[in-house]
Amino acid sequence: MSWIVAILLGAGAFFAFIAALGVNRLPDFYMRLHAATKAGAFGASLMLVAAALHFGNVHSIVSALLIIVFFYLTTPIAAQAIGQVAYRKKVPLWHKTGHDQLAQDEETK
Amino acid sequence: MYSNELEWPLFIGTLVGSIFILAAFALALLRILRGPTAFDRVVALDLIGGICLCAIIFFAIYFDQQVLLDAAFAIALVSFIGTIAFARYLGKGGEQ
Repeated sequence: MSWIVAILLGAGAFFAFIAALGVNRLPDFYMRLHAATKAGAFGASLMLVAAALHFGNVHSIVSALLIIVFFYLTTPIAAQAIGQVAYRKKVPLWHKTGHDQLAQDEETK
Repeated sequence: MYSNELEWPLFIGTLVGSIFILAAFALALLRILRGPTAFDRVVALDLIGGICLCAIIFFAIYFDQQVLLDAAFAIALVSFIGTIAFARYLGKGGEQ
């Protein structure tokens, strides 16, 4: 059991590190937003599963599940709000980005 | 404060995990320092909230304190409000 907890703990911290690496290295605001929300939430949920397996009682399992649910509910809301405002304020896309569906839709409207 | 002996797989796991969490904090802080727009800084701050959640769960396992999961619960519930407040502020013509 402690092997599983150790592997899940290391993997969750690794995904948090990947999220921070993406936020630091990706070329564009929208790509950074993508890295921060998805990989960060996945790393946190892996660490929460590790904590639930480590303690192993009902209270910790229920609270870990609730934290995962609320984190996955709230992170996309924040990302959508900040991404929409950034697009409206014309934060530039990366120069190699080829396709902008929202701009095309507003042209045809 | 720290009295229990960790089993050695868990010791290796916490060692690797602490290194990754510290590196993640450092990289997100670098993005806050040099981000070209305010939006990049807000996203990095949001990510630091998530890494803070990871660090609290790490300490809960390392010190074998189940109470710390409640602190993680509070952070998971509250941390997105800051990002939404920044989005409202920047959307209504705040300084970028």
